[in-house]
Amino acid sequence: MANPNGVGASVRRREDPRFLTGRGNYTDDFKRPNMTHMVHVRSPYAHALVKGIDASAALAAPGVVAVLTGADMEADKVGSLPCGWQIHSKDGSPMKEPGHFPLARGRVRYVGDAVAVVIAETKDQARDAAELVMVDYEELPAVAASTRAATPDAPQVHDEAPGNVCYDWHIGDKAAVDSAFAQAAHVAKIDLVNNRLVPNAMEPRAALGEYDPSSGEHTLTTTSQNPHVIRLLMGAFVLGIPEHKLRVVAPDVGGGFGSKIFHYGEEAVVTWAAKKIGRPVKWTADRSESFLTDAHGRDHVSHAELAMDKDGHFLGLRVATLANLGAYLSTFAPSIPTYLYATLLAGQYKTPAIYAEVKAVFTNTAPVDAYRGAGRPEACYLIERLVDIAAGVAGLDRVEIRRRNFVPASAMPYQTPVALQYDSGDFAKNLDIALPLVDYDGFAARKAASKAKGKLRGIGFSTYIEACGIAPSNVAGALGARAGLYESAEVRFHPTGSVTVFTGSHSHGQGHETTFAQLVSQRFGVPIENVEIVHGDTAKIPFGMGTYGSRSLAVGGSAIVKAMDKVERKAKKIAAHMLEAAETDIEVKEGRFTVAGTDKSLGIGDIALQAYVPHNFPLDELEPGLDEQAFYDPKNFTYPNGCHVCEVEIDPDTGVTQVVAFSAVDDFGNVINPLIVEGQVHGGIVQGIGQALLENCVYDDESGQLLTGSYMDYCMPRADDVPSFTVRYHEDQPCTHNPLGVKGCGEAGTIGASAAVMNAVVDALGAFGVTHIDMPATPEKIWRVIQDATPAMAAE
Amino acid sequence: MYAFSYQRPTSLAEAVAAIQADEAKLLSGGQTLLPTLKQRLAQPSVLVDLSAVPDMKGVAAVDGGLTVGAFTRHAEVAHSDLVKATIPALAHLAEGIGDRQVRNMGTLGGSIANADPSADYPSAVVALKATLTTDRRAIAGDDFFTGMFETALEPGEIVTSVRFATPDKAAYAKFRNPASRYAIVGVFVAKFGAEVRVAVTGAAGSVFRVPAFEAALAANFKAEALNGLSVSADDLNADLHASADYRAHLVTVMAKRAVEAAG
Ligand SMILES: Cc1cc2nc3c(=O)[nH]c(=O)nc-3n(C[C@H](O)[C@H](O)[C@H](O)COP(=O)(O)OP(=O)(O)OC[C@H]3O[C@@H](n4cnc5c(N)ncnc54)[C@H](O)[C@@H]3O)c2cc1C
Repeated sequence: MANPNGVGASVRRREDPRFLTGRGNYTDDFKRPNMTHMVHVRSPYAHALVKGIDASAALAAPGVVAVLTGADMEADKVGSLPCGWQIHSKDGSPMKEPGHFPLARGRVRYVGDAVAVVIAETKDQARDAAELVMVDYEELPAVAASTRAATPDAPQVHDEAPGNVCYDWHIGDKAAVDSAFAQAAHVAKIDLVNNRLVPNAMEPRAALGEYDPSSGEHTLTTTSQNPHVIRLLMGAFVLGIPEHKLRVVAPDVGGGFGSKIFHYGEEAVVTWAAKKIGRPVKWTADRSESFLTDAHGRDHVSHAELAMDKDGHFLGLRVATLANLGAYLSTFAPSIPTYLYATLLAGQYKTPAIYAEVKAVFTNTAPVDAYRGAGRPEACYLIERLVDIAAGVAGLDRVEIRRRNFVPASAMPYQTPVALQYDSGDFAKNLDIALPLVDYDGFAARKAASKAKGKLRGIGFSTYIEACGIAPSNVAGALGARAGLYESAEVRFHPTGSVTVFTGSHSHGQGHETTFAQLVSQRFGVPIENVEIVHGDTAKIPFGMGTYGSRSLAVGGSAIVKAMDKVERKAKKIAAHMLEAAETDIEVKEGRFTVAGTDKSLGIGDIALQAYVPHNFPLDELEPGLDEQAFYDPKNFTYPNGCHVCEVEIDPDTGVTQVVAFSAVDDFGNVINPLIVEGQVHGGIVQGIGQALLENCVYDDESGQLLTGSYMDYCMPRADDVPSFTVRYHEDQPCTHNPLGVKGCGEAGTIGASAAVMNAVVDALGAFGVTHIDMPATPEKIWRVIQDATPAMAAE
Repeated sequence: MYAFSYQRPTSLAEAVAAIQADEAKLLSGGQTLLPTLKQRLAQPSVLVDLSAVPDMKGVAAVDGGLTVGAFTRHAEVAHSDLVKATIPALAHLAEGIGDRQVRNMGTLGGSIANADPSADYPSAVVALKATLTTDRRAIAGDDFFTGMFETALEPGEIVTSVRFATPDKAAYAKFRNPASRYAIVGVFVAKFGAEVRVAVTGAAGSVFRVPAFEAALAANFKAEALNGLSVSADDLNADLHASADYRAHLVTVMAKRAVEAAG
């Protein structure tokens, strides 16, 4: 009988009862004896000198324990928040890395930049007193837009970054691309903006610092996707606390979308302050603070050109992108618009020559870093929009031009001109599944039906690919990563046969407690209830790299498999001993160890008990215990890919776009839990639709004020903004280089969806002569396109 | 929030007495006031909660119309059989306010006293020839809204109920702000015999009527009667979500849709 909770089963998420009944344990839920509360004094200016801080009134306010500033941190030799990735410019010079201090030192560079903290007995007292801290600011000119920051007369964000340039980088073969354009029969061009987004995890960031003077141990409980990374960065670079005296716990975390990967100043401040004042210190962001200080995403301005032969075959791609990094380098910021973006510019196509330049600039805005998809949605959006334009230029159907240029499955593994090697994928197959699924042939009739109702209908495709399972450490290292990107796991059988799995991955919505337990249940035939997944505590788990880049199953799951291999090998030895057989004669199937050709067998439970009651073990050859650890470093990235198809209806009177159908056909390799995969895809698509139609983070360029600082103005997608989705996947192209054959599904929806939506919007407006509209396609923008069209077009 | 004290009077007289205190503030559904307090944008000394004041809740049929208590929640108006039977457009308007949580808490009195330029109810107050009753007088709906977040209420004056006249035909068409879901433009059209009222909310600092639309519709109560008519963009609101031009355009579109919906 197949294991009902094994691989491939849609097991309901085991963590959900806890979350849905309010029994989750989030950072803000932790209460410690004698705990204090911290509130920040934040800059109301985008750019200013801090000429003085007068805390006397705040210190005299009721309940105030301390007011601490950047000067106090400097006196204690607290360091700058480190950056985890180094990029080199075209000329070989390293990127500019200005100091990024947990509390500003003399100058603030964005609205929300931390100037001081007030620590008090209650949060309200801390808030009251924070208003009494008098900061003497001298306002400086500010710049928020990357396009203006890159101009010669722009205000300078950092003295050490002239022209606001952090780096000016490139990849690919410029000469080959130039010659491709020289031969081109057709050239498609696009100028586009990839709009800036605010991540909006449901749980705001929070941090709790504790210090035990008897042991000298620090504990930081924090909303993190990767507690070991925080321990390393904060311990080694910021506070100088050795690893064995610093514990970082990331308990239940309510969503991250990338924004909780990074090491934030607040984490360092609570940890440092807890020792300084001798009491636990807790900080929890309110929503306004989240808007201002969580690292934002995207914010690219690009120009791209695609050279084609007369039949629409792609010959060369040229891309120039200006990326806004915000006021300081967030932990992985430099890698996002470079190695996580430009390396994906081949897309699903066999374009032989690609050259991309990326200039990254500092501005007086919140730092920008990875946000769900991180670079890959930007790449997919650019290519897929450009391919639609190319179809128009070459006079081809948008499906046909894609087919004509796909890397064929037979060409796998395929080396792209921009560093990556795709291991597997059958892009035509995705399309073959999608076309009947969405009834492409019936589209013309649906369009006519919409027209009869006075609506404009459009259909859009996005054939995306991403690089996930981040990352082979050697490759990442060669590209500038200052960390390895393996994952760890420990599989511990207990004497009575239950299992605890310690994983370096971190679950903050991904359902690891279910999926990972399915792996163990399948492998050893242990009931899923007897498997516990432990993550998020550096005191419990081996050094792990955490969760982002759809890596948990591909890398973290593979580490679990490796540890299970070791457990099985050990168990086999024990079985051989117990059954008095040769190890080579033992056959293993789902946790049952049988002497070949006999009915002599043992279950894993019997073996686990023996392992811990080793009364007659040959101790020279066999150690007691059944507890194994493994580190898995991937051989390559994984390449989830698929085809997303969107249909929209536009109301020409108002410009309102309604997504009326959305289908996704994905290749995630093997699927462990279809229910969870579908959920990940749904959430991702909603975020992609959000970027395309609704979400936009807007700063006033001159004042640097955040204009979309609350949900009154920042438009999050809601359930009634999206239709029911049709989600399909196939398992014909498993990943070739990890033991599970999995590719990852966490970001796919977000990566594929925006382009599909925008291609549908532009298609719907085709009669009005537009070839591109920037996201978000708000009603007013669309209305203007229609207004600006000639009367003849409008009459079409 | 700053600290404040709290009172829950059980009669209108007690409420009137309580609200005279320095920096006292009435608390109705709290959907505007509480977010304002949480952001520390207001610092009242005392909140006078109206939820226990009798006779300020519910809907009643009166000669030629409906009376809705100021403390009636939006959800109650939306789901009231009496409102649906008498002035369905009013129930529809209430059903389109914010989201379910907001409708379950927010009240008619709080909404109109607050006079948010993008609130929905002000359009109904003006289009449905409403009369407001307060603790001390009656105020004509036409005179109530005096500007952005400004009304004819005197300090400490409490709205107790609103009487809406029953039209022959009416409908409300709203173009929502996609983020906040308030009205970018909301148009309430009501026909009373030969008279037509067109009240527009969201577009300007305060609700306003459109005489040209009203005249055209009085002559011919059909959407096409509005063809070629529009309001000037000059005094209209402009923000991240909609320019004044776009709002002006939407006023005509929404007015037509309201006329079509009114039948
Ligand atoms: C997320 C969200 C979305 C919303 N969307 C919409 C929308 O789409 N359309 C819309 O119209 N509204 C919307 N609102 C507003 C909401 O519907 C309430 O009507 C509004 O907040 C005020 O009503 P309240 O009962 O909550 O009043 P409160 O917040 O309690 O009070 C508001 C103000 O009115 C005063 N006040 C209250 N009652 C009286 C009275 N009887 N007499 C005199 N003064 C009084 C108070 O002192 C206060 O100054 C939204 C609100 C939120 C939070």
